Amino acid sequence: MKRLARYLVFYSVLIGVWLLLAKLKVWPPYVFPTPQGVMESLWAGFADHSFWIAIGVSMKRMLLGYSLSVILGMVLGLGVASNKFLEQTMGGLLVSLQSLPSICWLPLAVLWFGLTEKAILFVVVMGSLLSVTIAMETGRQQMPKIYGMAGRNLGARGFQLFWHVLLPASLPYIVSGLKQGWAFAWRSLISGEMIFVSLGLGQMLMMGRDLNDMSLVIAVMILIVAIGYIVDGLVFRTIERRLQQKWGLTPAT
Amino acid sequence: MTANPTPQPSFSGDHRSPARAALNRWKAGVGLAVLPHRQPEVKATAKVSLQGISLSYKANGGTQLLALEDINLKVNPGEFVCVVGPSGCGKSTLLHLIAGLQQPTSGNVRIDDKLVEGPGTDRILIFQELGLFPWLTVGENVEFGMKMKGISKAERQEKIQYYLRLVHLAKFKDSYIHQLSGGMRQRVALARALATEPDVLLMDEPFAALDAQTRDLLHDELERIWAETGRTIIFVTHNVREAVRLGDRVVLFTFRPGRVKREFLIDLPRPRQLEDVTVAKTAREILDDLREEINKSLEAEYSHEAAR
Repeated sequence: MKRLARYLVFYSVLIGVWLLLAKLKVWPPYVFPTPQGVMESLWAGFADHSFWIAIGVSMKRMLLGYSLSVILGMVLGLGVASNKFLEQTMGGLLVSLQSLPSICWLPLAVLWFGLTEKAILFVVVMGSLLSVTIAMETGRQQMPKIYGMAGRNLGARGFQLFWHVLLPASLPYIVSGLKQGWAFAWRSLISGEMIFVSLGLGQMLMMGRDLNDMSLVIAVMILIVAIGYIVDGLVFRTIERRLQQKWGLTPAT
Repeated sequence: MTANPTPQPSFSGDHRSPARAALNRWKAGVGLAVLPHRQPEVKATAKVSLQGISLSYKANGGTQLLALEDINLKVNPGEFVCVVGPSGCGKSTLLHLIAGLQQPTSGNVRIDDKLVEGPGTDRILIFQELGLFPWLTVGENVEFGMKMKGISKAERQEKIQYYLRLVHLAKFKDSYIHQLSGGMRQRVALARALATEPDVLLMDEPFAALDAQTRDLLHDELERIWAETGRTIIFVTHNVREAVRLGDRVVLFTFRPGRVKREFLIDLPRPRQLEDVTVAKTAREILDDLREEINKSLEAEYSHEAAR
Protein backbone atom coordinates (compact mmCIF):
# COMPACT_ATOMS: atom_id res chain seq x y z
CA MET A 1 0.00 0.00 0.00
CA LYS A 2 2.77 2.34 1.00
CA ARG A 3 4.62 1.50 -2.18
CA LEU A 4 1.56 2.25 -4.29
CA ALA A 5 1.16 5.60 -2.55
CA ARG A 6 4.78 6.43 -3.21
CA TYR A 7 4.33 5.61 -6.91
CA LEU A 8 1.17 7.69 -7.07
CA VAL A 9 2.85 10.71 -5.51
CA PHE A 10 5.92 10.40 -7.72
CA TYR A 11 4.03 10.11 -10.99
CA SER A 12 1.50 12.81 -10.14
CA VAL A 13 4.35 15.20 -9.43
CA LEU A 14 6.13 14.18 -12.63
CA ILE A 15 3.04 14.65 -14.78
CA GLY A 16 2.17 17.84 -12.89
CA VAL A 17 5.54 19.41 -13.70
CA TRP A 18 5.15 18.26 -17.30
CA LEU A 19 1.68 19.80 -17.52
CA LEU A 20 2.92 23.05 -15.99
CA LEU A 21 5.84 23.32 -18.40
CA ALA A 22 3.53 22.60 -21.34
CA LYS A 23 1.00 25.17 -20.11
CA LEU A 24 3.68 27.84 -19.80
CA LYS A 25 4.38 27.31 -23.53
CA VAL A 26 8.13 27.79 -23.09
CA TRP A 27 8.68 25.59 -26.14
CA PRO A 28 6.45 25.04 -29.17
CA PRO A 29 4.30 21.84 -29.01
CA TYR A 30 6.30 20.07 -31.71
CA VAL A 31 9.27 20.29 -29.35
CA PHE A 32 7.48 19.75 -26.08
CA PRO A 33 4.09 18.00 -26.25
CA THR A 34 1.38 18.12 -23.61
CA PRO A 35 0.43 15.01 -21.61
CA GLN A 36 -3.05 15.18 -23.14
CA GLY A 37 -1.52 15.20 -26.61
CA VAL A 38 0.47 12.05 -25.82
CA MET A 39 -2.63 10.35 -24.38
CA GLU A 40 -4.56 11.26 -27.52
CA SER A 41 -1.81 9.87 -29.74
CA LEU A 42 -1.81 6.64 -27.74
CA TRP A 43 -5.58 6.38 -28.00
CA ALA A 44 -5.62 7.17 -31.70
CA GLY A 45 -2.82 4.75 -32.43
CA PHE A 46 -4.66 1.88 -30.80
CA ALA A 47 -7.99 2.96 -32.24
CA ASP A 48 -6.79 2.92 -35.88
CA HIS A 49 -4.87 -0.34 -35.23
CA SER A 50 -1.55 1.15 -36.35
CA PHE A 51 -0.01 0.48 -32.91
CA TRP A 52 -1.33 -3.08 -32.83
CA ILE A 53 0.16 -3.77 -36.23
CA ALA A 54 3.48 -2.20 -35.23
CA ILE A 55 3.59 -4.19 -32.00
CA GLY A 56 2.70 -7.38 -33.85
CA VAL A 57 5.41 -6.90 -36.46
CA SER A 58 8.04 -6.00 -33.86
CA MET A 59 7.15 -8.91 -31.56
CA LYS A 60 7.26 -11.37 -34.42
CA ARG A 61 10.77 -10.23 -35.31
CA MET A 62 11.75 -10.37 -31.65
CA LEU A 63 10.51 -13.91 -31.13
CA LEU A 64 12.16 -15.18 -34.28
CA GLY A 65 15.46 -13.38 -33.72
CA TYR A 66 15.63 -14.14 -30.03
CA SER A 67 14.85 -17.84 -30.43
CA LEU A 68 17.51 -18.08 -33.10
CA SER A 69 20.09 -16.42 -30.90
CA VAL A 70 19.18 -18.58 -27.89
CA ILE A 71 19.64 -21.76 -29.88
CA LEU A 72 22.83 -20.55 -31.54
CA GLY A 73 24.13 -19.08 -28.29
CA MET A 74 23.60 -22.31 -26.40
CA VAL A 75 25.43 -24.37 -28.97
CA LEU A 76 28.26 -21.83 -29.20
CA GLY A 77 28.48 -21.37 -25.43
CA LEU A 78 28.57 -25.08 -24.75
CA GLY A 79 31.15 -25.55 -27.47
CA VAL A 80 33.36 -22.84 -26.09
CA ALA A 81 32.97 -24.09 -22.51
CA SER A 82 33.80 -27.67 -23.33
CA ASN A 83 36.97 -27.01 -25.25
CA LYS A 84 39.99 -25.46 -23.61
CA PHE A 85 41.46 -24.10 -26.84
CA LEU A 86 38.19 -22.45 -27.88
CA GLU A 87 37.70 -21.10 -24.39
CA GLN A 88 41.06 -19.37 -24.35
CA THR A 89 40.74 -17.98 -27.87
CA MET A 90 37.06 -17.47 -28.66
CA GLY A 91 36.21 -16.55 -25.07
CA GLY A 92 38.18 -13.32 -25.23
CA LEU A 93 36.90 -12.47 -28.69
CA LEU A 94 33.30 -12.88 -27.57
CA VAL A 95 33.76 -10.57 -24.61
CA SER A 96 35.45 -7.89 -26.72
CA LEU A 97 32.79 -8.18 -29.44
CA GLN A 98 30.16 -7.54 -26.81
CA SER A 99 31.42 -3.98 -26.44
CA LEU A 100 30.34 -3.36 -30.05
CA PRO A 101 26.87 -1.76 -30.15
CA SER A 102 24.73 -4.16 -32.13
CA ILE A 103 23.49 -1.44 -34.50
CA CYS A 104 27.04 -1.38 -35.88
CA TRP A 105 26.16 -4.66 -37.57
CA LEU A 106 23.45 -2.96 -39.62
CA PRO A 107 25.60 -1.59 -42.46
CA LEU A 108 27.12 -5.03 -42.83
CA ALA A 109 23.71 -6.66 -42.71
CA VAL A 110 22.33 -4.30 -45.35
CA LEU A 111 25.21 -5.05 -47.67
CA TRP A 112 24.77 -8.77 -47.15
CA PHE A 113 20.99 -9.04 -47.19
CA GLY A 114 19.81 -5.76 -48.69
CA LEU A 115 16.99 -3.74 -47.13
CA THR A 116 15.14 -6.85 -46.11
CA GLU A 117 13.61 -8.55 -43.12
CA LYS A 118 16.75 -10.70 -42.92
CA ALA A 119 18.93 -7.66 -42.27
CA ILE A 120 16.83 -6.67 -39.24
CA LEU A 121 16.78 -10.24 -37.99
CA PHE A 122 20.54 -10.36 -38.29
CA VAL A 123 20.91 -7.26 -36.14
CA VAL A 124 18.57 -8.69 -33.51
CA VAL A 125 20.47 -11.97 -33.41
CA MET A 126 23.83 -10.22 -33.16
CA GLY A 127 22.44 -8.06 -30.38
CA SER A 128 21.62 -10.92 -28.07
CA LEU A 129 23.77 -13.79 -29.31
CA LEU A 130 26.85 -12.75 -27.38
CA SER A 131 25.03 -12.33 -24.07
CA VAL A 132 23.45 -15.76 -24.41
CA THR A 133 26.73 -17.37 -25.46
CA ILE A 134 28.69 -15.87 -22.61
CA ALA A 135 25.94 -16.75 -20.13
CA MET A 136 25.86 -20.32 -21.37
CA GLU A 137 29.62 -20.60 -21.22
CA THR A 138 29.89 -19.36 -17.64
CA GLY A 139 26.81 -21.34 -16.64
CA ARG A 140 28.39 -24.51 -17.92
CA GLN A 141 31.51 -23.78 -15.91
CA GLN A 142 29.72 -22.82 -12.70
CA MET A 143 27.38 -25.79 -12.84
CA PRO A 144 28.46 -28.47 -10.36
CA LYS A 145 30.26 -31.29 -12.21
CA ILE A 146 28.36 -33.90 -10.25
CA TYR A 147 25.22 -33.52 -12.38
CA GLY A 148 27.01 -34.41 -15.58
CA MET A 149 28.65 -37.40 -13.92
CA ALA A 150 25.39 -38.55 -12.36
CA GLY A 151 23.67 -38.24 -15.73
CA ARG A 152 26.30 -40.30 -17.52
CA ASN A 153 26.26 -42.79 -14.68
CA LEU A 154 22.52 -43.26 -15.17
CA GLY A 155 22.95 -43.90 -18.87
CA ALA A 156 22.43 -40.47 -20.47
CA ARG A 157 24.51 -39.88 -23.62
CA GLY A 158 25.09 -37.15 -26.15
CA PHE A 159 22.00 -35.12 -26.85
CA GLN A 160 20.03 -36.80 -24.06
CA LEU A 161 22.70 -35.75 -21.60
CA PHE A 162 22.56 -32.18 -22.89
CA TRP A 163 18.77 -31.94 -22.96
CA HIS A 164 17.89 -33.76 -19.76
CA VAL A 165 20.86 -32.90 -17.57
CA LEU A 166 23.28 -30.20 -18.71
CA LEU A 167 20.63 -27.76 -19.88
CA PRO A 168 18.33 -27.91 -16.84
CA ALA A 169 21.33 -28.01 -14.49
CA SER A 170 22.74 -24.82 -15.95
CA LEU A 171 19.41 -22.93 -16.16
CA PRO A 172 19.73 -21.08 -12.84
CA TYR A 173 23.14 -19.89 -13.98
CA ILE A 174 22.05 -18.76 -17.44
CA VAL A 175 18.62 -17.27 -16.81
CA SER A 176 20.05 -13.82 -16.06
CA GLY A 177 22.07 -14.02 -19.27
CA LEU A 178 18.93 -14.96 -21.21
CA LYS A 179 17.19 -11.96 -19.71
CA GLN A 180 20.03 -9.65 -20.65
CA GLY A 181 19.99 -11.14 -24.14
CA TRP A 182 16.31 -10.29 -24.46
CA ALA A 183 16.90 -6.68 -23.39
CA PHE A 184 19.75 -6.30 -25.88
CA ALA A 185 17.71 -7.86 -28.67
CA TRP A 186 14.84 -5.48 -27.96
CA ARG A 187 17.12 -2.44 -28.21
CA SER A 188 18.77 -3.72 -31.36
CA LEU A 189 15.42 -4.34 -32.97
CA ILE A 190 14.10 -0.83 -32.33
CA SER A 191 17.33 0.72 -33.60
CA GLY A 192 17.24 -1.48 -36.67
CA GLU A 193 13.64 -0.63 -37.43
CA MET A 194 14.40 3.09 -37.17
CA ILE A 195 16.96 2.94 -39.94
CA PHE A 196 14.73 1.83 -42.77
CA VAL A 197 11.04 1.74 -43.52
CA SER A 198 9.82 -1.63 -42.42
CA LEU A 199 6.76 -1.29 -40.18
CA GLY A 200 7.29 -1.96 -36.50
CA LEU A 201 7.64 0.27 -33.48
CA GLY A 202 10.97 1.73 -34.55
CA GLN A 203 9.51 2.94 -37.77
CA MET A 204 6.56 4.40 -35.86
CA LEU A 205 9.06 6.55 -33.99
CA MET A 206 10.64 7.81 -37.20
CA MET A 207 7.21 8.49 -38.63
CA GLY A 208 6.54 10.77 -35.64
CA ARG A 209 9.72 12.63 -36.40
CA ASP A 210 8.87 12.96 -40.09
CA LEU A 211 5.44 14.37 -39.25
CA ASN A 212 6.82 16.67 -36.57
CA ASP A 213 4.43 14.82 -34.25
CA MET A 214 6.20 14.83 -30.90
CA SER A 215 3.16 13.38 -29.14
CA LEU A 216 3.39 10.30 -31.30
CA VAL A 217 7.13 9.99 -30.60
CA ILE A 218 6.59 10.08 -26.86
CA ALA A 219 3.63 7.70 -27.11
CA VAL A 220 5.69 5.11 -28.98
CA MET A 221 8.56 5.52 -26.52
CA ILE A 222 6.13 4.80 -23.68
CA LEU A 223 4.96 1.69 -25.54
CA ILE A 224 8.51 0.43 -26.03
CA VAL A 225 9.31 0.86 -22.35
CA ALA A 226 6.04 -0.78 -21.34
CA ILE A 227 6.56 -3.85 -23.51
CA GLY A 228 10.13 -4.26 -22.29
CA TYR A 229 8.96 -4.02 -18.71
CA ILE A 230 6.07 -6.42 -19.14
CA VAL A 231 8.18 -9.12 -20.77
CA ASP A 232 10.82 -8.78 -18.10
CA GLY A 233 8.27 -8.87 -15.30
CA LEU A 234 5.94 -11.52 -16.66
CA VAL A 235 8.21 -13.91 -18.47
CA PHE A 236 11.64 -13.74 -16.93
CA ARG A 237 10.68 -13.03 -13.33
CA THR A 238 8.24 -15.95 -13.43
CA ILE A 239 10.90 -18.28 -14.77
CA GLU A 240 13.34 -17.12 -12.13
CA ARG A 241 10.81 -17.56 -9.35
CA ARG A 242 9.86 -21.05 -10.54
CA LEU A 243 13.50 -22.08 -10.71
CA GLN A 244 14.19 -20.77 -7.24
CA GLN A 245 11.22 -22.64 -5.84
CA LYS A 246 12.18 -25.89 -7.49
CA TRP A 247 15.80 -25.72 -6.50
CA GLY A 248 15.01 -24.47 -3.00
CA LEU A 249 17.05 -21.31 -3.42
CA THR A 250 16.03 -18.20 -1.52
CA PRO A 251 12.77 -17.00 -3.04
CA ALA A 252 12.77 -13.58 -4.64
CA THR A 253 11.00 -11.03 -2.49
CA MET B 1 10.38 -50.33 9.91
CA THR B 2 12.27 -53.46 8.95
CA ALA B 3 9.17 -55.66 9.17
CA ASN B 4 7.48 -53.91 6.30
CA PRO B 5 6.22 -56.58 3.92
CA THR B 6 7.16 -55.05 0.60
CA PRO B 7 5.50 -56.97 -2.22
CA GLN B 8 7.73 -58.60 -4.76
CA PRO B 9 7.61 -56.76 -8.07
CA SER B 10 5.66 -58.17 -10.95
CA PHE B 11 8.66 -57.68 -13.18
CA SER B 12 11.76 -59.71 -12.59
CA GLY B 13 15.16 -60.04 -14.09
CA ASP B 14 17.95 -62.52 -14.05
CA HIS B 15 19.45 -60.85 -11.01
CA ARG B 16 16.87 -62.50 -8.84
CA SER B 17 18.41 -65.89 -8.30
CA PRO B 18 21.26 -64.62 -6.13
CA ALA B 19 18.58 -62.57 -4.46
CA ARG B 20 16.78 -65.60 -3.24
CA ALA B 21 20.02 -67.10 -2.05
CA ALA B 22 20.87 -63.95 -0.18
CA LEU B 23 17.40 -63.76 1.28
CA ASN B 24 17.55 -67.31 2.54
CA ARG B 25 20.95 -66.64 3.99
CA TRP B 26 19.59 -63.62 5.67
CA LYS B 27 16.50 -65.34 7.05
CA ALA B 28 18.52 -68.28 8.28
CA GLY B 29 20.79 -65.89 10.10
CA VAL B 30 23.83 -67.61 8.73
CA GLY B 31 26.88 -65.67 7.65
CA LEU B 32 28.11 -66.01 4.11
CA ALA B 33 29.98 -69.21 3.52
CA VAL B 34 33.64 -68.51 3.06
CA LEU B 35 34.64 -67.63 -0.43
CA PRO B 36 38.12 -69.03 -0.89
CA HIS B 37 40.73 -66.42 -1.54
CA ARG B 38 41.70 -65.88 -5.17
CA GLN B 39 41.14 -69.33 -6.43
CA PRO B 40 41.28 -69.69 -10.18
CA GLU B 41 37.75 -71.15 -10.53
CA VAL B 42 36.28 -68.06 -8.89
CA LYS B 43 37.28 -66.06 -11.95
CA ALA B 44 34.61 -67.61 -14.12
CA THR B 45 31.79 -66.61 -11.80
CA ALA B 46 33.03 -63.22 -10.59
CA LYS B 47 30.55 -60.38 -11.10
CA VAL B 48 33.17 -57.68 -10.86
CA SER B 49 36.80 -58.36 -11.39
CA LEU B 50 39.61 -55.86 -11.17
CA GLN B 51 42.90 -56.91 -12.68
CA GLY B 52 46.09 -55.04 -12.00
CA ILE B 53 44.41 -51.66 -11.76
CA SER B 54 46.76 -48.71 -11.41
CA LEU B 55 45.96 -45.07 -11.74
CA SER B 56 48.34 -42.15 -11.73
CA TYR B 57 47.67 -38.54 -12.44
CA LYS B 58 49.63 -35.33 -12.71
CA ALA B 59 49.80 -33.45 -9.42
CA ASN B 60 50.05 -29.66 -9.21
CA GLY B 61 53.84 -29.64 -9.35
CA GLY B 62 53.83 -31.67 -12.54
CA THR B 63 54.97 -34.81 -10.74
CA GLN B 64 53.17 -38.08 -11.38
CA LEU B 65 51.14 -39.14 -8.38
CA LEU B 66 50.23 -42.79 -8.01
CA ALA B 67 46.71 -43.00 -6.61
CA LEU B 68 46.04 -46.71 -7.04
CA GLU B 69 48.58 -49.46 -7.47
CA ASP B 70 47.99 -52.97 -8.76
CA ILE B 71 44.52 -53.57 -7.39
CA ASN B 72 43.27 -57.10 -7.84
CA LEU B 73 39.83 -57.80 -6.54
CA LYS B 74 37.02 -60.18 -7.40
CA VAL B 75 33.49 -59.72 -6.23
CA ASN B 76 30.97 -62.56 -6.47
CA PRO B 77 27.41 -62.13 -7.66
CA GLY B 78 25.20 -61.00 -4.79
CA GLU B 79 28.15 -60.29 -2.55
CA PHE B 80 28.34 -57.27 -0.27
CA VAL B 81 31.92 -56.02 -0.24
CA CYS B 82 33.04 -53.09 1.87
CA VAL B 83 36.21 -51.19 1.03
CA VAL B 84 37.83 -49.46 3.97
CA GLY B 85 40.81 -47.17 4.07
CA PRO B 86 42.03 -43.80 5.31
CA SER B 87 40.82 -40.77 3.42
CA GLY B 88 42.91 -40.13 0.35
CA CYS B 89 43.61 -43.80 -0.35
CA GLY B 90 41.77 -43.71 -3.65
CA LYS B 91 38.75 -45.78 -2.69
CA SER B 92 36.32 -43.29 -4.25
CA THR B 93 38.46 -43.24 -7.36
CA LEU B 94 38.18 -47.00 -7.52
CA LEU B 95 34.39 -46.74 -7.66
CA HIS B 96 34.63 -44.16 -10.45
CA LEU B 97 36.80 -46.62 -12.37
CA ILE B 98 34.30 -49.43 -11.92
CA ALA B 99 31.49 -47.08 -12.92
CA GLY B 100 33.44 -46.28 -16.08
CA LEU B 101 33.52 -42.55 -15.39
CA GLN B 102 37.32 -42.67 -15.35
CA GLN B 103 39.82 -44.90 -17.07
CA PRO B 104 42.65 -46.67 -15.24
CA THR B 105 46.23 -45.99 -16.31
CA SER B 106 46.77 -49.71 -16.53
CA GLY B 107 44.81 -52.85 -15.78
CA ASN B 108 41.17 -53.44 -16.48
CA VAL B 109 37.74 -53.70 -14.95
CA ARG B 110 35.48 -56.53 -16.01
CA ILE B 111 31.82 -57.09 -15.31
CA ASP B 112 30.76 -60.67 -16.00
CA ASP B 113 34.04 -61.02 -17.86
CA LYS B 114 33.14 -58.13 -20.18
CA LEU B 115 35.59 -55.26 -20.33
CA VAL B 116 34.28 -51.94 -18.96
CA GLU B 117 34.91 -49.15 -21.44
CA GLY B 118 32.54 -46.49 -20.17
CA PRO B 119 29.52 -45.89 -17.99
CA GLY B 120 26.75 -48.44 -18.23
CA THR B 121 23.52 -49.10 -16.45
CA ASP B 122 24.64 -52.56 -15.36
CA ARG B 123 26.47 -50.76 -12.56
CA ILE B 124 25.26 -47.63 -10.86
CA LEU B 125 27.31 -45.44 -8.58
CA ILE B 126 25.73 -43.60 -5.69
CA PHE B 127 27.95 -40.58 -5.25
CA GLN B 128 29.02 -39.32 -1.89
CA GLU B 129 27.33 -36.01 -2.68
CA LEU B 130 24.44 -37.96 -4.27
CA GLY B 131 24.03 -35.80 -7.37
CA LEU B 132 20.25 -35.87 -7.22
CA PHE B 133 18.68 -33.57 -9.78
CA PRO B 134 17.10 -30.57 -8.04
CA TRP B 135 15.00 -29.66 -11.09
CA LEU B 136 13.14 -32.96 -10.94
CA THR B 137 10.72 -34.31 -8.37
CA VAL B 138 11.58 -37.37 -6.31
CA GLY B 139 9.57 -39.55 -8.68
CA GLU B 140 11.21 -38.04 -11.76
CA ASN B 141 14.63 -38.58 -10.23
CA VAL B 142 13.86 -42.25 -9.74
CA GLU B 143 12.47 -42.37 -13.28
CA PHE B 144 15.54 -40.80 -14.88
CA GLY B 145 17.68 -43.87 -15.48
CA MET B 146 14.72 -45.87 -16.79
CA LYS B 147 13.84 -43.05 -19.17
CA MET B 148 17.37 -43.07 -20.53
CA LYS B 149 17.10 -46.81 -21.01
CA GLY B 150 13.92 -46.31 -23.04
CA ILE B 151 11.58 -48.21 -20.76
CA SER B 152 7.90 -47.61 -21.52
CA LYS B 153 6.02 -45.02 -19.54
CA ALA B 154 3.59 -47.43 -17.93
CA GLU B 155 6.38 -49.67 -16.74
CA ARG B 156 8.31 -46.68 -15.45
CA GLN B 157 5.37 -45.53 -13.37
CA GLU B 158 4.96 -48.98 -11.90
CA LYS B 159 8.62 -49.18 -11.00
CA ILE B 160 8.70 -45.69 -9.51
CA GLN B 161 5.95 -46.82 -7.17
CA TYR B 162 7.70 -50.04 -6.36
CA TYR B 163 11.11 -48.56 -5.62
CA LEU B 164 9.79 -45.60 -3.69
CA ARG B 165 7.82 -48.00 -1.54
CA LEU B 166 10.95 -50.07 -1.11
CA VAL B 167 12.74 -47.09 0.44
CA HIS B 168 9.60 -45.90 2.28
CA LEU B 169 9.21 -42.69 0.31
CA ALA B 170 6.03 -43.39 -1.63
CA LYS B 171 4.37 -40.32 -0.14
CA PHE B 172 7.10 -38.02 -1.36
CA LYS B 173 6.89 -38.82 -5.05
CA ASP B 174 6.00 -35.26 -6.00
CA SER B 175 8.32 -33.46 -3.60
CA TYR B 176 11.43 -31.67 -4.71
CA ILE B 177 14.82 -32.70 -3.39
CA HIS B 178 15.38 -29.60 -1.29
CA GLN B 179 12.25 -30.39 0.68
CA LEU B 180 13.69 -33.66 1.99
CA SER B 181 15.97 -34.39 4.94
CA GLY B 182 19.44 -35.84 4.50
CA GLY B 183 18.34 -39.39 5.21
CA MET B 184 15.45 -39.12 2.78
CA ARG B 185 17.74 -37.81 0.06
CA GLN B 186 19.98 -40.80 0.66
CA ARG B 187 17.02 -43.08 0.07
CA VAL B 188 16.00 -41.26 -3.09
CA ALA B 189 19.52 -41.80 -4.40
CA LEU B 190 19.24 -45.47 -3.49
CA ALA B 191 15.85 -45.79 -5.20
CA ARG B 192 17.13 -43.95 -8.29
CA ALA B 193 20.08 -46.31 -8.53
CA LEU B 194 18.00 -49.44 -7.93
CA ALA B 195 15.34 -48.40 -10.44
CA THR B 196 17.73 -48.83 -13.37
CA GLU B 197 18.09 -52.41 -12.09
CA PRO B 198 21.86 -52.57 -12.12
CA ASP B 199 23.64 -55.81 -11.31
CA VAL B 200 26.18 -53.92 -9.31
CA LEU B 201 25.56 -51.10 -6.89
CA LEU B 202 28.55 -48.90 -6.07
CA MET B 203 28.18 -46.79 -2.95
CA ASP B 204 30.62 -44.06 -2.01
CA GLU B 205 30.48 -43.28 1.71
CA PRO B 206 26.74 -42.83 1.40
CA PHE B 207 25.97 -42.49 5.08
CA ALA B 208 28.96 -40.42 6.18
CA ALA B 209 27.06 -37.17 6.56
CA LEU B 210 24.07 -38.56 8.45
CA ASP B 211 23.25 -38.56 12.13
CA ALA B 212 23.65 -41.85 13.99
CA GLN B 213 19.94 -42.74 14.23
CA THR B 214 19.29 -42.15 10.54
CA ARG B 215 22.37 -44.10 9.65
CA ASP B 216 21.33 -47.10 11.76
CA LEU B 217 17.95 -47.07 10.11
CA LEU B 218 19.45 -46.91 6.64
CA HIS B 219 21.83 -49.75 7.47
CA ASP B 220 18.82 -51.92 8.26
CA GLU B 221 17.06 -50.83 5.11
CA LEU B 222 20.07 -51.32 2.90
CA GLU B 223 20.61 -54.80 4.28
CA ARG B 224 16.97 -55.65 3.71
CA ILE B 225 16.95 -54.23 0.18
CA TRP B 226 20.17 -56.03 -0.63
CA ALA B 227 18.62 -59.29 0.56
CA GLU B 228 15.42 -58.63 -1.38
CA THR B 229 16.96 -57.54 -4.64
CA GLY B 230 20.15 -59.60 -4.62
CA ARG B 231 22.36 -56.90 -6.03
CA THR B 232 26.10 -57.06 -5.81
CA ILE B 233 27.22 -54.16 -3.67
CA ILE B 234 30.61 -52.50 -3.38
CA PHE B 235 30.44 -50.11 -0.49
CA VAL B 236 33.20 -47.64 0.30
CA THR B 237 33.52 -46.23 3.79
CA HIS B 238 36.11 -45.03 6.27
CA ASN B 239 34.04 -46.42 9.14
CA VAL B 240 35.27 -49.90 9.97
CA ARG B 241 32.29 -50.76 12.15
CA GLU B 242 29.91 -49.85 9.38
CA ALA B 243 31.90 -52.07 7.04
CA VAL B 244 31.69 -55.02 9.43
CA ARG B 245 28.01 -54.34 10.09
CA LEU B 246 27.17 -54.54 6.39
CA GLY B 247 29.77 -56.51 4.49
CA ASP B 248 30.28 -60.15 3.61
CA ARG B 249 33.86 -59.14 3.13
CA VAL B 250 35.92 -56.14 4.13
CA VAL B 251 38.81 -55.05 1.95
CA LEU B 252 41.37 -52.86 3.63
CA PHE B 253 43.26 -50.34 1.52
CA THR B 254 46.66 -48.83 2.21
CA PHE B 255 47.26 -45.11 2.20
CA ARG B 256 48.62 -43.61 -1.00
CA PRO B 257 49.15 -45.33 -3.27
CA GLY B 258 45.99 -47.32 -2.60
CA ARG B 259 46.71 -51.03 -2.54
CA VAL B 260 44.75 -53.92 -1.13
CA LYS B 261 46.38 -54.48 2.23
CA ARG B 262 44.21 -57.29 3.57
CA GLU B 263 40.84 -58.87 3.11
CA PHE B 264 38.61 -60.03 5.94
CA LEU B 265 35.72 -62.42 5.56
CA ILE B 266 32.90 -61.48 7.86
CA ASP B 267 30.83 -64.56 8.54
CA LEU B 268 28.78 -63.14 11.37
CA PRO B 269 25.05 -63.96 11.29
CA ARG B 270 22.64 -61.45 9.77
CA PRO B 271 20.87 -59.22 10.49
CA ARG B 272 23.63 -57.56 12.44
CA GLN B 273 23.62 -54.46 14.56
CA LEU B 274 26.30 -51.84 14.88
CA GLU B 275 26.32 -52.45 18.66
CA ASP B 276 26.77 -56.22 18.43
CA VAL B 277 29.75 -57.38 20.47
CA THR B 278 30.87 -59.61 17.63
CA VAL B 279 30.75 -56.70 15.20
CA ALA B 280 32.74 -54.53 17.57
CA LYS B 281 35.29 -57.26 18.12
CA THR B 282 35.82 -57.89 14.43
CA ALA B 283 36.02 -54.17 13.79
CA ARG B 284 38.66 -53.91 16.49
CA GLU B 285 40.88 -56.40 14.67
CA ILE B 286 40.56 -54.60 11.38
CA LEU B 287 41.06 -51.26 13.04
CA ASP B 288 44.45 -52.36 14.35
CA ASP B 289 45.53 -52.89 10.80
CA LEU B 290 43.92 -49.72 9.60
CA ARG B 291 45.48 -47.57 12.31
CA GLU B 292 48.88 -48.00 10.73
CA GLU B 293 47.54 -46.57 7.48
CA ILE B 294 45.73 -43.75 9.22
CA ASN B 295 48.98 -42.77 10.93
CA LYS B 296 50.68 -42.70 7.55
CA SER B 297 48.00 -40.42 6.18
CA LEU B 298 48.27 -38.13 9.18
CA GLU B 299 52.02 -37.99 8.83
CA ALA B 300 51.68 -37.07 5.19
CA GLU B 301 49.30 -34.32 6.12
CA TYR B 302 51.54 -32.90 8.82
CA SER B 303 54.68 -33.00 6.73
CA HIS B 304 52.70 -31.22 4.04
CA GLU B 305 51.81 -28.51 6.49
CA ALA B 306 55.35 -28.27 7.81
CA ALA B 307 56.66 -27.86 4.29
CA ARG B 308 54.41 -24.90 3.71
